Amino acid sequence: MSVLVFIDTADGQIKKSSLEAICYGAKVAEMSGTTAEGVVLGEVKDDLAALGKYGVKKIHHISNALLNHTDSQLYAKVIAQVAQATGAKTIIFSNNVNGKSIAPRVSARLKAGLVSGAISLPEISGPDFIVKKTVFSGKASANVSVKTETKIIALNPNAYKIESGEGTAEVVPFNADITAGKIKVIQTTKASGEIPLTEADIVVSGGRGMKGPENWGILEDLAKVLHAALACSRPVADSHWRPHSEHVGQTGVAIAPNLYIAVGISGAIQHLAGVNHSKIIVVINKDPEAPFFKAADYGIVGDAFEVVPKLTDAIKKLKEVAS
Amino acid sequence: MKILVCISKTPDTTAKIAFTDNNTKFDTNGVQWIINPYDEWYCLVRAIELKEKDASTVIHLVTVAEADADPIIRKALALGGDEAIRINTGSNDGYYIASQIAEWAKQGNYDLIFTGKETIDYNGSSVGGMVAELLDLPFVSLATKFELSGSKATITREIEGGEEACEVDLPLVVSCQAGVAEPRIPNMRGIMAARTKPLKVVDPVATEALTGYVSFELPPAKAGVKLVPADQPEELVRLLHEEAKAF
Repeated sequence: MSVLVFIDTADGQIKKSSLEAICYGAKVAEMSGTTAEGVVLGEVKDDLAALGKYGVKKIHHISNALLNHTDSQLYAKVIAQVAQATGAKTIIFSNNVNGKSIAPRVSARLKAGLVSGAISLPEISGPDFIVKKTVFSGKASANVSVKTETKIIALNPNAYKIESGEGTAEVVPFNADITAGKIKVIQTTKASGEIPLTEADIVVSGGRGMKGPENWGILEDLAKVLHAALACSRPVADSHWRPHSEHVGQTGVAIAPNLYIAVGISGAIQHLAGVNHSKIIVVINKDPEAPFFKAADYGIVGDAFEVVPKLTDAIKKLKEVAS
Repeated sequence: MKILVCISKTPDTTAKIAFTDNNTKFDTNGVQWIINPYDEWYCLVRAIELKEKDASTVIHLVTVAEADADPIIRKALALGGDEAIRINTGSNDGYYIASQIAEWAKQGNYDLIFTGKETIDYNGSSVGGMVAELLDLPFVSLATKFELSGSKATITREIEGGEEACEVDLPLVVSCQAGVAEPRIPNMRGIMAARTKPLKVVDPVATEALTGYVSFELPPAKAGVKLVPADQPEELVRLLHEEAKAF
């Protein structure tokens, strides 16, 4: 009956989106009168027992070097084995990069209905199990009913708050049937110290109003004082001013940070789709008619090249006072 | 080399999103339909590029949809597919759709199956992974580069905060996003040729939907923007800190 949470790691460290999935899973377990267990694949550096403070009671750890890189084919087989051995009826993933490749495979393997992109807790009443998810790239949400006995939810990053209390998880090894995967990783490139866009609490984003890639320095400075990730609009990525991985919007990445600061972005409907789940939106644009102001919480009508450095200084001052 | 490109019909990116029947159905009134951008811009164009390098390559397009998808299938054929297969049924459940595609793919002996990273309507990003599982094939998701040398694929995929390059032997399933190819527009010769390319309509196999859409909601309207004068950014910082508690 238990709830099983897939705990995703990168370089042996637990991802923030997995902590969200654990907290969410613990709440779902509480709602269904059961407990949450976790599954971790590959060798880890972090202390798994400490994850108990997020509400997970037991962690099944398959510490096998063959699982150090995510291969969805291999991972789905192992997670399905754990789900069957523990009798889990609800399986939680983060709808992050790995979740998007593994959850569908586990769904097909166990013939368990999957809701990907979940943004709130399920509504459970009798046999009904309904989960809210984003659709139309964030322009709307939908309530989806899962009809199978085993249910799988892939939770959007930043959609559920991390809360910690007291507790230690029991970490147990799990004997899984593992054969080498077919995907051979040849290189991993990671910008060190950079915050992954989908996990960032604050995102600073630039559009065509920045006039060229050489002007990104002022946005980088702003992002630095806020510990924010950088993003951009589609025309910026298409013009190769910034990498495609920073493109947020309907045909790029969808994000839901606490704070989204858009500089020199007019706010086309396709861009809004990817960011309108942000909790607070700030728009800086010199055109008072820019459609983005209609979707914003706060705004400044002004020249980005004058406003942004002043804004950065003001934040620096605030942080100095606070420390 | 035989490639299967999965395509889906989606509303245009600028379509007004509204719902009817007490918010239980998407309002298709006045909606322009397009090929899901990820399927067209990256999967289909990359398949065409591979065929341009190796003329013996065969590209099949598959879609799970009713007859109203025919115009977008013809457009895809105008861009460059050899033949299209429409599995004649409508559904918005990922497993149902994936089961149909997997059944078709089983008899087609494809070396490579491309899907977009997600559709821009239901955002499931699940059909590719499910097809791979149903066929017991490797699956590389969120590809940003795809190269082929003989029967070995070299793929770069997105990971959190970076990229990972990997090698996989065919056959396999790949989901594609920006970077894999650059969008193209069909030319007149392609449009003419598409008229006579085969569009096979096949019956669905019996399977079930594991999920169902109960209702839809539009996001609540924003209360309105609070404008701060351009020469007072410290006031914006104060509001974000004290009122919005954003940092």
